[in-house]
Amino acid sequence: MTCEECGKNPATVRFEQVINGKRTIMSLCAECAQKKGVFNVLFQPTFSINSLLSALLGSQMKGLPAPSAGEEETRCRICGMSYRDFARAGRLGCSRCYETFEDRLDPLLRRIHGSGRHMGKAPVKAGGAAKARRELEELRRQLSSAVAQEAYEKAAELRDRIKAVEAKIGRDEA
Amino acid sequence: MRREDSLLEKIVKSSSSPWMDGSGTMSDVVISSRVRLARNLRDVEFPHRMDEKSSNAVMEKVFRAVSDVNARKAVSELTCIDLRDVSPLDRQVLVEKHLMSPQHAQSLPGRGLVTRPDERVSIMVNEEDHIRLQCLYSGLELDEAYITANGMDDLLDERLDFAYDDRSGFLTACPTNVGTGLRASVMVHLPALAIGDEVSRVLSAVNKVGLVIRGLYGEGTEGQGNVYQVSNQITLGQTEKEILENLSLIAKQVVAEEKRYRETLMKSRRSALEDRIFRAWGILSNARTMSSGEAVKLWSDVRLGVELELIDGLSVTHVNEILVISQPNFVMRAHGRTMSPEERDIARAELVRRHLATMKP
Repeated sequence: MTCEECGKNPATVRFEQVINGKRTIMSLCAECAQKKGVFNVLFQPTFSINSLLSALLGSQMKGLPAPSAGEEETRCRICGMSYRDFARAGRLGCSRCYETFEDRLDPLLRRIHGSGRHMGKAPVKAGGAAKARRELEELRRQLSSAVAQEAYEKAAELRDRIKAVEAKIGRDEA
Repeated sequence: MRREDSLLEKIVKSSSSPWMDGSGTMSDVVISSRVRLARNLRDVEFPHRMDEKSSNAVMEKVFRAVSDVNARKAVSELTCIDLRDVSPLDRQVLVEKHLMSPQHAQSLPGRGLVTRPDERVSIMVNEEDHIRLQCLYSGLELDEAYITANGMDDLLDERLDFAYDDRSGFLTACPTNVGTGLRASVMVHLPALAIGDEVSRVLSAVNKVGLVIRGLYGEGTEGQGNVYQVSNQITLGQTEKEILENLSLIAKQVVAEEKRYRETLMKSRRSALEDRIFRAWGILSNARTMSSGEAVKLWSDVRLGVELELIDGLSVTHVNEILVISQPNFVMRAHGRTMSPEERDIARAELVRRHLATMKP
């Protein structure tokens, strides 16, 4: 595809503009995109997931009162990051931030992923219990689909396995 | 030290990579499958907050874990590269070969790359997360790629303390990666849908089911060579298996649609199609100056010709190499110096010509 502006160079930049709700999309070469002065194509694109996230968080922050003088903002005890810093950067400071800002992150995670709970792999070190719980969730899901498909023999087998895993979790946590 | 140098040297000089050798399922439409896992060390600042000292410490830790994995000889040997020892040009070539991201090529201290001779596994150290483990396979082989990535993840997990909690899963710098930390993507070549002007219809449908589409080299390169990468957006709340199955299912639909268009074209417009393909072939093997955009565009037509068996005696590997050869930094690396765009266009045309002369249809 050639640049829609100069019609000479190959288009390497997709330029999307929304003015009063009207969207225009153009394919431009690096030179013309730069002339448009929208962003500097020679460097990293400024339009990133972090900047989007930051915008999303910015609107969330507006509703919050700024910390008055003398009042301490909650900061992560490992990296010293505040939620305000996170809202600016779009990235958290360290793994401990998830715990520090749990209350505010939870709705955000639901907004992004549609869910707030991990269902996937657990590291070996997370221990047998975490793994078993996950296995249990997976088995229960399989069970409901087996029932829905009227595969009763399979459902019975799954029920036995669920019982065995439940007993194991009970033993581990006792 | 010498072995590290030679592997890097080999990678940046070679125009072929195993992940584009045309093997694997549905490789007439699917170029490659990629699985990426994001992992971080517990209670250590994420890379964007680290100073030089702590980023070096993380890199050392990861490299030590990798050499410990090597010592066990369970998997093929991995090489650790401190990117400070790699020239800016070579770093760009590593990006063009899809071994690391453009962000990772920026010269910041404490950034590392781990890879192995077959280039199927690579680990970016201190990119957005401490560890970004990637596995790249030819064709639609998401399961295969995940098995490799998962195995490598287990080996590293035994040796490093990964940040994880039961509720949010693997903890990442950006909340969009949290949970599984898994981003799986399939690179598809859709020339027939492009000719039929149907790409946007298909891709917007793909978008609606929660998958993301990017171009050959990520965001902003959509449509180059009619190559698209389809990947999952959600990383939390689904199992790895579900994420991979969803993506695979959708990818298969896209492949089926592309094939339907190819058949239609072969039936109703065969001579026009052949003409287009052989013209592209003619230009690629004769032009004296060529931009990367033009090369990639012509590559798309020639690859379609090979896929439809209109061009004989040319392997998919051989054709795919044109994609690497066309990239600006690869061209400069082949000549061992930086060049102006005009010089590069001449050098590129010559490289492509010579590459094709070794095999005539």
